[in-house]
Amino acid sequence: MNILISAAALLILILLVIVGIEAAGLEYFFGVFIPYMAVVIFLSGIIFKLIGWARSPVPFRIPTIAGQQKSLGWIKSSKLDSPATILGVVGRMVLEVLLFRSLFRNTKYETKPGQKLVYGSAKFLWIAALIFHWSFLIIILRHLRYISEPIPSLVPLLQNLDGFFQVGVPELFITNILIVVSLAFLFMRRTADPKNRYLSLTADYFPLLLILAIAITGIMMRYFTKVDIAGIKTFAMGLVSFKPVVPESINVIFYIHLFLVSSLLVYFSFSKLLHMVGVFLSPTRNLSNNNRSVRHVNPWDKPVRIHTYEEYEDEFRDKMKAAGLPLEKE
Amino acid sequence: MSDKKPTPEELFSTIDYKASEKDWSKPHIKFKVGTYNHSGVPKNVEYLELPNARKWQPSDDDWQLPDNWKEIIIDGIKERLDKFRSLKIFMDICVRCGACSDKCHFFIGSGDPKNMPVVRAELLRSIYRNDFTTAGKILGRIAGARELTLDVLKEWFYYFYQCTQCRRCSLFCPYGIDTAEITILVRELLNLVGVNIDWVITPVANSFRTGNHLGIQPHGFADSIEFAVDELEELTGVKVEAPINRKGAEVLFVSPSADYFGTPHYYTLLGYLALFHEVGLDYTWSTFASEGGNFGSFVSHDLMKSLNMKIYAEAKRLGVKWIIGGECGHMWRVLHQYMDTINGPADFLEVPVSPITGTKFDFAKSTKMIHICEFTADLIKNNKIKLDKSRNDHWKITFHDSCNPARAMGLIDEPRFIINSTCNNFYEMPENTIKEQTFCCGSGAGLGTEENLEMRLRGGLPRANAVNFVHEKHGVNLLACICAIDKATLPPLMEYWVPGVEVAGVHEFVGNALIMKGENERKVDLRGEPIGEPEPELEEKQ
Amino acid sequence: MYDSGKILAGIIIFILLITFPFWLNSIQGEYKGEPELVIDRSNGAQCVKSTDYMRNSHMTLLNEWRDEVVRNDNRFYTISSGERIEMSLSNTCMSCHANKEEFCDRCHDYSGVKPYCWDCHIEQKKLETN
Repeated sequence: MNILISAAALLILILLVIVGIEAAGLEYFFGVFIPYMAVVIFLSGIIFKLIGWARSPVPFRIPTIAGQQKSLGWIKSSKLDSPATILGVVGRMVLEVLLFRSLFRNTKYETKPGQKLVYGSAKFLWIAALIFHWSFLIIILRHLRYISEPIPSLVPLLQNLDGFFQVGVPELFITNILIVVSLAFLFMRRTADPKNRYLSLTADYFPLLLILAIAITGIMMRYFTKVDIAGIKTFAMGLVSFKPVVPESINVIFYIHLFLVSSLLVYFSFSKLLHMVGVFLSPTRNLSNNNRSVRHVNPWDKPVRIHTYEEYEDEFRDKMKAAGLPLEKE
Repeated sequence: MSDKKPTPEELFSTIDYKASEKDWSKPHIKFKVGTYNHSGVPKNVEYLELPNARKWQPSDDDWQLPDNWKEIIIDGIKERLDKFRSLKIFMDICVRCGACSDKCHFFIGSGDPKNMPVVRAELLRSIYRNDFTTAGKILGRIAGARELTLDVLKEWFYYFYQCTQCRRCSLFCPYGIDTAEITILVRELLNLVGVNIDWVITPVANSFRTGNHLGIQPHGFADSIEFAVDELEELTGVKVEAPINRKGAEVLFVSPSADYFGTPHYYTLLGYLALFHEVGLDYTWSTFASEGGNFGSFVSHDLMKSLNMKIYAEAKRLGVKWIIGGECGHMWRVLHQYMDTINGPADFLEVPVSPITGTKFDFAKSTKMIHICEFTADLIKNNKIKLDKSRNDHWKITFHDSCNPARAMGLIDEPRFIINSTCNNFYEMPENTIKEQTFCCGSGAGLGTEENLEMRLRGGLPRANAVNFVHEKHGVNLLACICAIDKATLPPLMEYWVPGVEVAGVHEFVGNALIMKGENERKVDLRGEPIGEPEPELEEKQ
Repeated sequence: MYDSGKILAGIIIFILLITFPFWLNSIQGEYKGEPELVIDRSNGAQCVKSTDYMRNSHMTLLNEWRDEVVRNDNRFYTISSGERIEMSLSNTCMSCHANKEEFCDRCHDYSGVKPYCWDCHIEQKKLETN
């Protein structure tokens, strides 16, 4: 059901463009208005969300510790998994954001005959996630060639690495294969395992399908249907230099690609995709394990109802006296 | 548990991971006897000035909630979103990757898909979406939103009291989403409308009044300590001092109340007493701060604060310089991650310095409170105590990292160093079940009741299974730990899943191995059992 | 604890990263539009395919030509007008699109494409000057 809704939503988006371009001739709307609006919503949505998060304090220092604390000098502490310093925290966050370290820890639990539980290594999710995110990033960076003139030297470098095997013309980018394969895997693992199927929502399938559709339309343009690259660049440059021109004869696939990317940007700040920015603010990861050496202040701390020693002694004075315990008031 | 207790085989065979139920969003809870806890006793709810004290039980159809209970809950969520960035982040960024799903001991032991941490959090997240997000307001169910109903509330009660706040899921989450944080906050919400459990409420009321969860009054406390002193003298021939409420001592010692009232905690207490005497520590117990544990933290941040406050207050009144805390789990979550914030700064205390070794415990320079394992490890490292390891030779030991010392503090090597210094036979359980990946005993966060026994046995299964592994492989017959709830709840767990394995605190080994000046020849350990190699009749399996 | 400073810094970095193309182009100066391509029409020849096709797919055509010539030893190609022409980048294409810098490179550089034609082929002009 969740998959169907996601697929239907995606289909509606695609049909919208096809009808809009082919029947209604809304090139300006889909080519200029929508992309600008999407970038504005993406940026303002995320900033709005970040400010929203920032308005709530972090009242307690609650890192999840994954290694030996820094205590007695002769015990080797774990500088990244139980960071006692800012540097350690930065290291932990870098590993988390760039290499998905926590996910790397993943295990798979199974039962074996004779009532035995075993925990094996389970790296597929980690590998697929890592491949997907890095491919996506490299692909986005490669797209800089459309929106910069002259093109920063990073782009040809990435293209050379990515097209290292020089298969076909234009040469095949490895990331194009990888992103599709990893997305397909990430989609399949949600549907194949009963646990994952149970916990997956529409909001989990939809972005996978959306990004998959973006990747596939891009791949179609590059390898199959072909588009006028120079023309698209001219169009894109028009957008980034705020002198938008609507290109004359661009394949509708390009409009689909562009509209789906815009949809992704708009969808971003209303969805779980916020994990991209939220991970930086996660208090179980971005705080140091120095709780007992540096005091953390809670800005909304307020006095609570307490039971004082005086009240306690008043209640138990006779019994304390009889037991020979020292008293404040005889 | 119901009238007939299932055998381990029967219980194991009921676990099914197929998630046969299709859609989690439709709540329906059957309160099956053995899997939930009884409600808080009205008199104690009233004593704590918590709302809606009344006679009720979770299995009742009518929970006698206030008319505006929904409003109270939704306002409560709003208030907490404003106070806790963690809540906002954890509500917004979960991608449901499922990495946490099979990390929860309750899921492993029950197969109930709502015990997957991600779904447990979704129980709240779905309400959050409905009332606090744009997508949820517009798209409703498609966006994973659902309305708050009585059934949802009942589901919250059921599943957020099937979370022991052990934080194992949080370790594996790529964003560090911490179910313990969510559980703490949902339990706060439930308490706003008077939904709570007695095993939490009554200890909190006791602790508020008498200073400890068990409700032991000062003279009773003094009796217990005195009794322990006498028993230690009988066992070792050494008469130790155990001062109580003594002003001017250098150190205040605070341990969980079960240490002086429960077994096997009691042997750990004997270990503390022997050790402090032998190194001549100038210390005192306190009757007012006679509880290190903090069941308040299982109700709300406010009650955590109001119980925890006694430790610093008593340190100040008695004029001590610094504090040592005993072996306890959630206690150390509060002491390590919360105490300084909620009741500090403890500027009337001094940075802890061991009077025996001169070691300055800089890592506790702000809280001024160290863990007994840190204190003892330092003594051993500096050769300040004489130990005879062979006195623990009748034990083959494995160590259960208690959740909070491991995942809130990183207290991992200290207890191992102590065990290895006091015992000859130590075997680790499989690596995915220890240290930061440790499995909970299944009874933490106030769930350790008789009426909840089935769920406890299920939740404790992963731990028990790992113990069974070393039990079969190495003949392990003792499970060591540093947590009072562990010591209370692991023995029945072992008896059920791994018969033949006892439970002990780390300082019991210290007490056994410690060579005390003027002691008699030790023929028995602190339990009064003969020491030395185990009798050969104990079959060893390879 | 709010860490407002750090979050603000994060927001600024985020905005800068996302708007990178917009301000990069203003730093790099006025964008001059699509480059002008120089074609030598002096021999009056007609292109082998339509301009639209060539803009999109010339690389496909060249690739096919290469395979035909190198693998099948087939050196001629019939264009839509029925004329048979030699399948040769240097001899056929570059008789009109004579200047590599002013035709091929301008557009390839603009689009960020680095074809490997010139890994083997040597530009006629360079041969002559040597």
